[in-house]
Amino acid sequence: MASEERIIDIGHLCKSFGEKKVLDDINLYVRKGEFLTLLGPSGCGKTTLLRMIAGFMRPDSGSILLEGKDILDTPPHLRPLNTVFQRYALFPHLDVYDNIAFGLKLKKVPEEEIDKRVRKVLKLVAMSDYEDRDVETLSGGQQQRIAIARAIVNRPKVLLLDEPLAALDLKMRKDMQIELKEMHQKLGITFIYVTHDQEEALTLSDTIVVMNEGKIQQIGTPTDIYNEPVNSFVADFIGESNILNGTMIEDKRVSFIGHDFDCVDKGFGENVPVDVVIRPEDIYIKKNTEGEQFTGTVRSCTFKGVHYEMFVDTDSGNELMIQDYNAFEPGTTVGMHIRPGDIQVMKKERTQNSYRASVVADGRVSFLGAEWECSTDGFSAGDEVIARIAFGKVDLLDHEDEAVTTGNVDFILYKGNHYHLTIKTESGEKIWVDTNDVWDKNDFVGIRIAPKDIQIVKADDGNE
Amino acid sequence: MNKRSTWALPYFIFLLLFVVLPLIMVVVYAFQDNSGHFTLSNIAKFFSDGDSLGTFALSIEVAVENTLLCILLGYPAAYILADKNLNRSAVTVVLFILPMWINALMRTLATAELFNMAGIQLGKGTLLFGMCYDFLPFMIYPIYNQLNKMDKSYAEAAQDLGATPAEVFRKVTLPLSMPGVWSGVMMVFMPTVSTFAISEFLTNNKIKLFGTIIQENINNSMWNYGAALSLIMLIIIAITTVLQGGGNTEDAAGGAI
Repeated sequence: MASEERIIDIGHLCKSFGEKKVLDDINLYVRKGEFLTLLGPSGCGKTTLLRMIAGFMRPDSGSILLEGKDILDTPPHLRPLNTVFQRYALFPHLDVYDNIAFGLKLKKVPEEEIDKRVRKVLKLVAMSDYEDRDVETLSGGQQQRIAIARAIVNRPKVLLLDEPLAALDLKMRKDMQIELKEMHQKLGITFIYVTHDQEEALTLSDTIVVMNEGKIQQIGTPTDIYNEPVNSFVADFIGESNILNGTMIEDKRVSFIGHDFDCVDKGFGENVPVDVVIRPEDIYIKKNTEGEQFTGTVRSCTFKGVHYEMFVDTDSGNELMIQDYNAFEPGTTVGMHIRPGDIQVMKKERTQNSYRASVVADGRVSFLGAEWECSTDGFSAGDEVIARIAFGKVDLLDHEDEAVTTGNVDFILYKGNHYHLTIKTESGEKIWVDTNDVWDKNDFVGIRIAPKDIQIVKADDGNE
Repeated sequence: MNKRSTWALPYFIFLLLFVVLPLIMVVVYAFQDNSGHFTLSNIAKFFSDGDSLGTFALSIEVAVENTLLCILLGYPAAYILADKNLNRSAVTVVLFILPMWINALMRTLATAELFNMAGIQLGKGTLLFGMCYDFLPFMIYPIYNQLNKMDKSYAEAAQDLGATPAEVFRKVTLPLSMPGVWSGVMMVFMPTVSTFAISEFLTNNKIKLFGTIIQENINNSMWNYGAALSLIMLIIIAITTVLQGGGNTEDAAGGAI
């Protein structure tokens, strides 16, 4: 298994396509022999990072060390790494044997040894007797095995896998996951695996690197990532979770959904707004309401195979997702409690929208690439200021007629009793909005803010 | 007949009138003498006439030379056009295809005039130049198309497995682009065999090609011999097509090597 020795060391890696930062200061090391997964939604930069390690793309700045040596100037064919491509990229003009032997023939390995190694690797991927087959006659799963065989036959120091199971159906994917894991243990090769499937990442990896928008969100073991997500993005992306607004009253005491709870987190300060994450299986639900921390009414109950998934409206008007082995009929009044250790408290990344702005004229300021009406008392035209808007004070419209600027819904987080949306505006910036309205990802929205809700402060009073 | 196939009726009639019927007429005329009686003499005449056979051999030779020349010039051009690093704009592709929009006869006449102006003797060299100029786009386009739709990850996979850029080309890009080359060959070789206008204008009729003698026979009302020659050419073309494995334009990945 993984040793402490680092095989790959990535430092301050940056890459932009035009205005868009695809990789933003990536720092990461990979230990020899480990199974490391780059996990994130599409467009988060994980594939770009993998392609840079393989050598198909150059970073704008930063370094990639392989066993201590910088490989940025090494062309891909000289890097001792091999890749399993997303759509396999098996050569259609060669049969299975010649596909696998491709790399060895280029390296002028003697015929008998090529033969021995190809047969051995075919056996490893359970594809013996297929060597004369045309690759296009193989099923997706079989092609996948050949793609893996073609890469590992070269005995690479690191095997790079770019969403290798994405094209397979669910059953096949589960089987291949187990086989990949076994292969990794048998071969002792370092695996760097790219996927957007959080379950796959949790099943396979020694280490998971969660990425979003070109930045690493969290690095940790699957248990760390699942049990202690560092922010609401990770919590939402990995597994099911209830993400709620809360207030840290004092050390080891947090308030959310209208109740105070004991928890194990400390060091946040007193009366500080925080995000609270509760996994649905960590809420204990009982028929009996006495002596429980809070009560609620079951709204829906769905059988999910192993457990029941229930949505419960709490006495304080929040919605919680709960998984339990027992079913509770919709309409039942239930009591619930949460153990201190199961409450994950996270620092809020931001508590309001805040932009650098400039006063255009009396009563008008410019930010987010548009001009807004608001009170500019105490400032004069040309002043650089900070504009602050509470999340709940941004109006979203489904048309642009009365809107000041427009944007698209980029990310949706359900917070128990409202949605917390990330809107990417026309200017490429972001605005965060709390709303009760239901929007879908990528929806086009018009953005309007009432003049009284834009608060203007001096530029040096706050930071962005 | 169901409803859908009735939609095909106009095309069916068109094909019948303008493809099948003329083809039958060519066959019928080829096996008739002047008075309309069945005969094999037209065919026999070709195989016993040294001049016709010589012209035929020359036509094949010129067509082979022209095709090779087109591959030699067209492949690199197509490769450069399809390479996103070397060519970012579709305009360049259009510029290469542009000559196809102008009538071939006009282009050929203009080329002949240019040679005259430059005082270059018309002959086989000018003939090959003219043919290559006329047919090059037909070679570039299918190869470009094939290279353009080729999954980039094949080349990357080869590189990843240790192939130098030259090896990537030789072992992956070239074999995978062969279907494009074959359809280019089909579109250049066949028409070159039967062309007559280019040889007439660009050699002042000094060099006669197979197409020229078909045209001369038909112009001189020797319909039957002309039809026999046409039939022979059709059969040659059919044989070459079969030998090339159907000249598959759509089979991108097929093993047409």
